[in-house]
Amino acid sequence: MSGAPLIELRSVYRIYGRGEAEIRALAAVDLAIHPGEFVAVMGASGSGKSTCMNIVGCLDTPTSGAYLFQGVDTGGLSRDQRALLRRHYLGFVFQGFNLLDRTTALENVELPLIYRGMQRSERHARARRALDKVGLAGRERHTPAELSGGQQQRVAIARAIVSEPAILLADEPTGNLDTQRSHEFMRLLVELNREEGLTVVMVTHEADMADYAQRIIRFRDGRVESDSTVESAA
Amino acid sequence: MYWNTLLLALREMRRNLLRSTLTMLGIIIGVAAVITLVTLGRGATVHVASEIAGLGSNLLHLRPGSRNRGPGGISGPIEPFSLADVKAVEREIGGVKAIAPIASKTLLTVYGNSNWSTRVNGTSNGYFAARNWAVSHGRPFTESELQSGRSVCILGATVRSELFDREDPLGASLRLGRVSCQVVGVLESKGQSPFGSDQDDQILMPLKAYQRRIAGNRDVNLIYVSAKRSELTVKVKRDIEQLMRQRRRIASDQDDSFNVRDMKEVAARVSSTTRTMTSLLGAVATVSLLVGGIGIMNIMLVSVTERTREIGIRLALGARERNVLLQFLVEAVVLSSVGGVSGIVLGVLSAWAGAGMLGVPLVLSAEIILIAFGFSALVGVVFGYFPARQAARLDPIQALRHE
Ligand SMILES: Nc1ncnc2c1ncn2[C@@H]1O[C@H](COP(=O)(O)OP(=O)(O)O)[C@@H](O)[C@H]1O
Ligand SMILES: [Mg+2]
Repeated sequence: MSGAPLIELRSVYRIYGRGEAEIRALAAVDLAIHPGEFVAVMGASGSGKSTCMNIVGCLDTPTSGAYLFQGVDTGGLSRDQRALLRRHYLGFVFQGFNLLDRTTALENVELPLIYRGMQRSERHARARRALDKVGLAGRERHTPAELSGGQQQRVAIARAIVSEPAILLADEPTGNLDTQRSHEFMRLLVELNREEGLTVVMVTHEADMADYAQRIIRFRDGRVESDSTVESAA
Repeated sequence: MYWNTLLLALREMRRNLLRSTLTMLGIIIGVAAVITLVTLGRGATVHVASEIAGLGSNLLHLRPGSRNRGPGGISGPIEPFSLADVKAVEREIGGVKAIAPIASKTLLTVYGNSNWSTRVNGTSNGYFAARNWAVSHGRPFTESELQSGRSVCILGATVRSELFDREDPLGASLRLGRVSCQVVGVLESKGQSPFGSDQDDQILMPLKAYQRRIAGNRDVNLIYVSAKRSELTVKVKRDIEQLMRQRRRIASDQDDSFNVRDMKEVAARVSSTTRTMTSLLGAVATVSLLVGGIGIMNIMLVSVTERTREIGIRLALGARERNVLLQFLVEAVVLSSVGGVSGIVLGVLSAWAGAGMLGVPLVLSAEIILIAFGFSALVGVVFGYFPARQAARLDPIQALRHE
């Protein structure tokens, strides 16, 4: 890969607890991800994948080491500044969908735009476009309870991409979907990655899903075990 | 952004309508109580003030007996006034509009088959001007009736209706105790006095006739003096006091053996008492507002716990602490101020009903309504702040994991 990395971890440690009970969730992790990449993160349960995603997502901070976003060290950022960084540059998709209950798909999708202070009409237009992109045109008024799991996860993607983030972070996004929906979901991610140049980092423990990615990073006991670029994606 | 926060708060309230209503109940009751009590209190004050003004304009009551009578009652015999005292006041005191001597006794009055126990007042025509009172039917006393001591009388409205029902009393002859007397007039109705007695329950007759036929003495028990103008009452009062001290030869180190009371002072005292009552009741109501505020805090804390995941989502999507803080604060304020507005409506309605029942005017003050509203909104801010801060400080990762 050439050019400046979008995100870069330098010797990152994340340690929970103290003394005897100390857990090294991440140890000496060095990692660089460039714009436009589609990265799958794999590893056994408890190997530190989610911890790593939380740090990349600015929801958590390293115990030591540096995390650079677009070349800027995030070490000095306050809680509020990290919120602003998430607001403007990051999109999240979670395993449990994490949509707001009793709130329509459209309102869920426009949520990040509200925090950007965007006008209602423009918010709606953008949210509709995002829903259209994930194949949910016509479902704007449906609440999560009225949508299938696959559709809910698509709403979650629409919400993540509506603000045109620099990077999409997905922690086991297919964990709650059946195989068919999982593949549909992965094809959608690949499409967004190819056509919009969206950078995607996705945690999965299913090899099938990881095969969609261009690059696979494996964690083991908080360390990067292997980092390989796949020759041809599915 | 602010508009969205407000919409969100209203929607959240609608979602938990029953819970929101119950939460607001404390505020509703508190505000309604404040509005009702204060409004009725003010109505009562206005009522009492106007009633006292109705007793007579710029009226002074001159009574025998010291003002500082001890708790043991009368110290020594009370020396009544005489007609000479009345004449002296008439002659010596400037700025007087009207003067009326009173001597009175409660007697059983009989007409036909009806009888009624009432107060009989011997007085002069000065009574009507001093008390600001008119004869609505018939006429006042004539000069010759006053001089000769003829047995004629003027009935209060209550006595008239008790004894005569619908019959015309003019010219009728009724018995006052053992004396018979002829009705020449009926007073217009004045209703209750500010002290609760029925002012229409009385009979007037010329002082001379009363003294000769009923009392059997020359005593005068009360003198009404009304000043020409309101500013003059203080001076007139002082002059009367001086005059009476002279006439009674009271040494400078002795207390007055009489007292002059300015009805304006009484009015001021009565309304200050009502004001004290009003603020006391207001304080009680304020306590219930505080209790309402604690209810809001409680429900907001529950809400924050229930919606931890929502907060986590919002934080992950880029909400700043202040965004979340504002969201929950606005929810609390919306709860408390919707409660406040409902309380104002309820309070105004019950004040209206209460004023009708008590027969006092409805004195709505915009000031009190604004204060009540402001206070309820403030309760929302104060008691909503802690739960809102709790929400804003949540750790997004923990919050997202919350079930
Ligand atoms: N908040 C926490 N407190 C203590 N230990 C934690 C916490 N979060 C994660 N861990 C520990 O850190 C390690 C890595 O966890 P995680 O990153 O969630 O793994 P993965 O997502 O790969 O399953 C695990 O041993 C886990 O128990
Ligand atoms: Mg995990």
